[in-house]
Parts: sequence; C-alpha cells; structure tokens
Amino acid sequence: MAVITFQEHSFDCAPGQSVLDCLNAAGMGIPWSCGAGACQSCLMRATDGRVDPRAQAGLKPTQAAQGYFLSCQCLPGGDLTVVLGEPAAAPMPARVVDVTPLSRDVARLRLAPDAAFDYRPGQFLRLHRDDGTSRCYSLASVPALDDALELHVRRVPEGEVSGWIHDELTSGDDVAISPAMGGSFYLEGRPERGLCLIGTGSGLAPLYGIARDALNQDHMGPVWLFHGSADASGLYLREELQALQARHANFQYVPCVSAGPGPGLEFGNVHEVALSKLPELTGWSVHLCGHPAMVQAARRATFLAGASSRDIHADPFLPSAPRSGANA
Amino acid sequence: MSLYEEIGGEAAVNAAVDIFYRKVLRDPRISSWFDTVDMDGQIAKQKAFLTMAFGGPAHYSGKDLRAGHAHMVARGLNAEHFDAVMENLGATLKELNVPDHLIAQAAAVAQSTRQDVLGL
Repeated sequence: MAVITFQEHSFDCAPGQSVLDCLNAAGMGIPWSCGAGACQSCLMRATDGRVDPRAQAGLKPTQAAQGYFLSCQCLPGGDLTVVLGEPAAAPMPARVVDVTPLSRDVARLRLAPDAAFDYRPGQFLRLHRDDGTSRCYSLASVPALDDALELHVRRVPEGEVSGWIHDELTSGDDVAISPAMGGSFYLEGRPERGLCLIGTGSGLAPLYGIARDALNQDHMGPVWLFHGSADASGLYLREELQALQARHANFQYVPCVSAGPGPGLEFGNVHEVALSKLPELTGWSVHLCGHPAMVQAARRATFLAGASSRDIHADPFLPSAPRSGANA
Repeated sequence: MSLYEEIGGEAAVNAAVDIFYRKVLRDPRISSWFDTVDMDGQIAKQKAFLTMAFGGPAHYSGKDLRAGHAHMVARGLNAEHFDAVMENLGATLKELNVPDHLIAQAAAVAQSTRQDVLGL
C-alpha cells in the first residue's frame, strides 16, 4: 500500500484510491470540483516520489516537470510526498557579489547563495530586505554557465526594495532569498520546436536565462528574443545578445523601440514586431515577461497565432503595491 | 458507453479547448465576453464548459450557472451571444471530426443550460 505524506502526516492510500480521496477521507480538505481531471481544482505537487503521467494529462508541460499533478486522477504506484500550492520555505542567506548598472534604470545584482540553490533559468525568487520587506525578481543566470545568481532590478520610483538594491547594496552584503518558483523555463525534450521570447524592460532577465539555457543545451529549433523599450536607453545587454547571435545560427535577437525609430532597432510595440516576424506559432513555446499590458496582449496574440495555451508561459508576479513591487 | 466516453473524455476536452477558445476570441459577436487578463483562468472555465457539454462530470447546478452569469446578463448578455457560443461549439467539434450524431447530443446538453445562463 502506498503511503502519502502531506503536511508532515502520513496516510495509507488503498489500492484504487486516488490521492485526493485518500487525503480527504482523512479530513485534509483538499479542494476539488469535477473529480474527472478537467477542472484542475485539485492540483497538487509531488515533492518526493513518482507521479503517474496520466495524472498530469492536460497540465502545462512545465507544471508536469515540476511534479504538479491532479490529485483526483492520481492512483499512486508508490510512496508520495505532496504539497498543496508552493511550500512555504524559509529564506536562505546569500552574499552580494556585485551590483552593476546595465542601463539607465536597470542594475544587475549578482548573488552567491550560502548553500546549493536549485533553480531553472527563467524562474523567480523572492529577495528579502532584512526588515521583512521583499520583492520577486526573475533569474537571468544559468546554473551550467554562471556561478552566481543574476537578477535584473529596475529602479522603481520610490521603490523601497529596488532603491535599496541600487543605492545601498554592495559587494559582500548579506541578504536572504526564498527558493526559486514559477513555471516559465526551458523544457528539454523538444529540441526542434521554436521558442518565442518577448519581454519589456527588466523583463529581459528570465528570457536571457531561458535563451542561454536552451542554446547551451543544443536546442536546434529557432530561438527568437524580442526585447522592447520606449527608447534605446532602456535596452541593455545588446552586445552580449549580439555575440550570442553570432555564435548560434538559430538565435535571433530583435531589439525594439516604441517611441521613435532608431538605427539597428525595430520600431513598434514589441509583441507586434514579434508577431510580424513570426505570424505562425503552432507548436512553438512562448515566454513572456514585462509590462502587464504587453504580457496580456502578447498572450492573446501568440495564442491566436497558433501557440497552444499550454505552451504560453508568463509568471504572474505583478507589482505588489501600485507600481512598487516586482521588477518588470 | 456514455456521450463523454464516446467523444473521448478528458483528452477530447484538452484537444477542444484551444480550438474553441480561439474561435470565440475571433468571433466579434462575443469576443469581448471572453477577453480577459486571466487567460489561463478563462481556459479553465472553457474546459469546465466543454466537459459539461460533452456529458462529462460537471459539479455545478443550474443555480450555479444562473448566479455565475448574472453579472453578464446585467451587462447585456443575450440569446444572440448564447447562439454564437453554440455555433462555435459545433464548429469546434466538426473540426475535431466528431460524428454528427455526437455533436447533436453535445449541443443538446449545452442548449439545456440556456434558461439558466441567460437568467430567463
């Protein structure tokens, strides 16, 4: 009989019994609705043990890769440890490697965590200021290529955390970070598919990580990265991205500006430029990050251009207070 | 075999949802009702709708449908919109090569919600 561990309690799961039924028979109050694998109300995540792929049908592939499953459909073949939503994990210490400017209002913050930090490029972490204030930032680094964790921090007007990072943090300072979260990352196994990455401002960070991760893993399909800003002063890492394009024939970097044309730049809203270059996205994986209105418009446009709703990724971390929150 | 099993169960729902939602978003008669910031949330709602229309397990009642659509009825949701959704549902199933007699059954299930959805 399989043993299900949930919130530090163990439950015996009878043969033929779903994880949902097992936990709810014990009064754990797991939410559910259709009981048929359609509504996804009973979504859980396995942190240990193997989940039957049949309990992951209909989920985004990146969710499946993180162990998410539908508990109503899951008849465990062995012991499982499961959580509801993201586990509340304690922040861990990290040391500031350096803070360097990337553009007029974006700085690169590099961090060396004290202990091993497991993440996929494109996920995000929560950075804690010591007084309990915290913000989420996407990871631009790639574990296989970079020793440090790299975050791109946009200076938010009167931003408590971004101002602190830009003006006060220096090499050697101690900060605290929470484990990486989020489902927008490169997924191995489909090296021939196209990747369409669209970002504005410091929303470049996760896309920079995803593109380099894919290319480093010998992704063969086309990888297009569209970075938009009002004007050229908001674009950054241009030389690095051009060098990456020179090294990889399948990588296209398209810098875009929306306020007025500039040399070597596409002119227009970044998602409209992307769709004009890539009008047919059936089978493509799409990653979006940046201004919420751009993300919404791009999500709709890429979906209508044929990308499957399961393959359109944008992590929903919006500004926590009006314009004072996360990067991007 | 139930209608839900004949149509192909949850795999059919997953195959149909993107096709259906794309049609709805492209249909100027009704797209504004479906266009939202939370596209993943909309996809989940459409999956629940398709599961119900396919005769699958649906754990909401006519009362739920009535309450869930009341704010839209207040803003002008009417029979033309409902018919447009039915049309898109039929076209989706046609595109998936579902046999006509099963399409008719699914349409009948969906039609049975008309009074509740429109608050009649």
